[in-house]
Amino acid sequence: MKNNVIEIDHLSTYFYTEEGAVKAVNDVSLRIREGETVCIVGESGCGKSVTAMSIMGLVEEPSGKVVDGRIHFEGRDLLRIDKHELRQIRGNDIAMIFQEPMSSLNPVLTIGMQVMEPLMEHQKLSKKEARKRAIELVELVGISRPEQIVDSYPHELSGGMLQRIMIAIAISCNPKLLIADEPTTALDVTIQAQILDMLRQIKEESNTSILLITHDLGVVAEIADYVIVMYSGKIVEEGDVVELFEHPLHPYTQGLLRSKPIIGQRQDELYSIPGQVPNPLELKESCYFYDRCEHCMSICRTQQPVLHSRAGRQKVACWLYEEGVSHG
Amino acid sequence: MSSITGGLADTKQTAASPIRSSLWRQAFRRLRKNKLAMAGLAFIVFMFLVCFFGPLFSPYANNKINPAIMNQAPSFKHWLGTDLLGRDVLTRLLQAGRISLTVGIASMIISVIIGSILGAVAAYYRGIVDQIIMRIADLLLTIPSLPILFILGALLSEWKVPVEYRMYIVMLMLSFVGWPGLARLVRSQMLTIREREYMQAAIVLGLNDRRKLFNHMIPNIVPLLIVISTLSIGGAILSESVLSFFGLGVMPPTPTWGNMIDAANNLIDFEQHPWLWIPPGVAIFTTVIAINIFGDGLRDVLDPKQKK
Repeated sequence: MKNNVIEIDHLSTYFYTEEGAVKAVNDVSLRIREGETVCIVGESGCGKSVTAMSIMGLVEEPSGKVVDGRIHFEGRDLLRIDKHELRQIRGNDIAMIFQEPMSSLNPVLTIGMQVMEPLMEHQKLSKKEARKRAIELVELVGISRPEQIVDSYPHELSGGMLQRIMIAIAISCNPKLLIADEPTTALDVTIQAQILDMLRQIKEESNTSILLITHDLGVVAEIADYVIVMYSGKIVEEGDVVELFEHPLHPYTQGLLRSKPIIGQRQDELYSIPGQVPNPLELKESCYFYDRCEHCMSICRTQQPVLHSRAGRQKVACWLYEEGVSHG
Repeated sequence: MSSITGGLADTKQTAASPIRSSLWRQAFRRLRKNKLAMAGLAFIVFMFLVCFFGPLFSPYANNKINPAIMNQAPSFKHWLGTDLLGRDVLTRLLQAGRISLTVGIASMIISVIIGSILGAVAAYYRGIVDQIIMRIADLLLTIPSLPILFILGALLSEWKVPVEYRMYIVMLMLSFVGWPGLARLVRSQMLTIREREYMQAAIVLGLNDRRKLFNHMIPNIVPLLIVISTLSIGGAILSESVLSFFGLGVMPPTPTWGNMIDAANNLIDFEQHPWLWIPPGVAIFTTVIAINIFGDGLRDVLDPKQKK
């Protein structure tokens, strides 16, 4: 059994608005093993990005706060170490790729400068060495003429190239964990595939663990080892990718998989899960999915189901699979 | 990872020819098309050359007092006449220009440095740091700058600061009243930059505060800084002239455009010897106008968002 790179226990992140606290991430626990790719899937606003932000310490007080939980990384709790230590981990041991490559690079700095900075900061390379390494990295992510590209500015490159640069920056210090927050959403399909391939290669070559956040089930099927499905800030189901795609247990997961268009098969109307995501301010002690669920039972309205293990690594939080609950 | 070198990298090859600072080159090309701004720049350059090199060719550069040629009207010997101590007005005008321009630029540099660092720090750290810096700035902004300068100038006279040092102290005084406005502008720009995604990316890269502030944030406001610093030179020259005119700035015998006008601060000189006050007046007027026109041109080129 491989070691866990990061263990997140009972993470809760709230955002405080005038109307009350929004539980963006609500009691989420997850583990990522060495060299494993874990995908978090869910609709917009289900808390998947906030989970990533909480790991990176990007939740800004006072508007938001990680109220509870532990994030174990190499024997340390990322939520309780001081700023200086956290800074040494960020970019070095844990790196992150953002959704919008165009806006994630500083427009007034050259590409080379931006690749070099973490190298100089964490690896303590000299400017000259860092530049040499930057050129290698840019070449590694499949951009030709790296010597010239490092001297150009972000606006001179296309989105796909910029995302490669972002990846080059992220892998520059050989991180143990790479967090990718919807890395392909802003790119067109052909480039999506290239970026995913690249992530897969990084994983294979340097045994980097990847936490990929996406709403695209196609991406999940492509790259994930383990899938976590989130809904309204909670994990509703998780499991190995094959198990989960073949036997989705939670009605929400089933709905998600049904609403995926199948290529070559034209439907009059794509399936969509009826109803709306509940207002995060009005969450009650119930299954958050009950009013959209076709199997809704009386207990679903009054009590919250807990995540329980099923076959293999699969876990589900649904009353349908609890014993001793009257179905109907 | 070479297998992923897709077609995309190749198609962009020609478009992405990496020209160093191509943005600057573009800006200069556009600036060159703006005739008014270029005229302003030409005048500023001319003023500099004349003021800094002109006196070298003047036979009257020693500023010797010569009662025999007091208050002479312009002639071939003295192009702009002589003043009430028999000194050549043209030579003094150019020497005064050196001081006025130096004071203007130096006080601009000091206030831009103070203002942008404090503004950037306030915006970056927020909270208590922001409160302290910005409340001090607000306090200075609530008092009109001229009275502050007058009080400071009067204090200098009271403390009997040696005349040679007054020029440097005037620079500091002008920066003292100049930085709050600048700090505010820089802070507001920095606040928007701070929330940009690339700053989040910089946090995630684990960069230290110094790198984030000076390598990532400040370069984003360089165009703005260039524009406001250019425009503030004009303001500083004016303030220095006002101070010197009232005898609170740079003191004679060191000439500045302001204290040269002050020398003609009586009805007789005003009416009878216009060559004493018209040349420095015109010098202030034209220089400040030229700087402002050039600054406006720069703004149009470097800061397109601020166009009316």
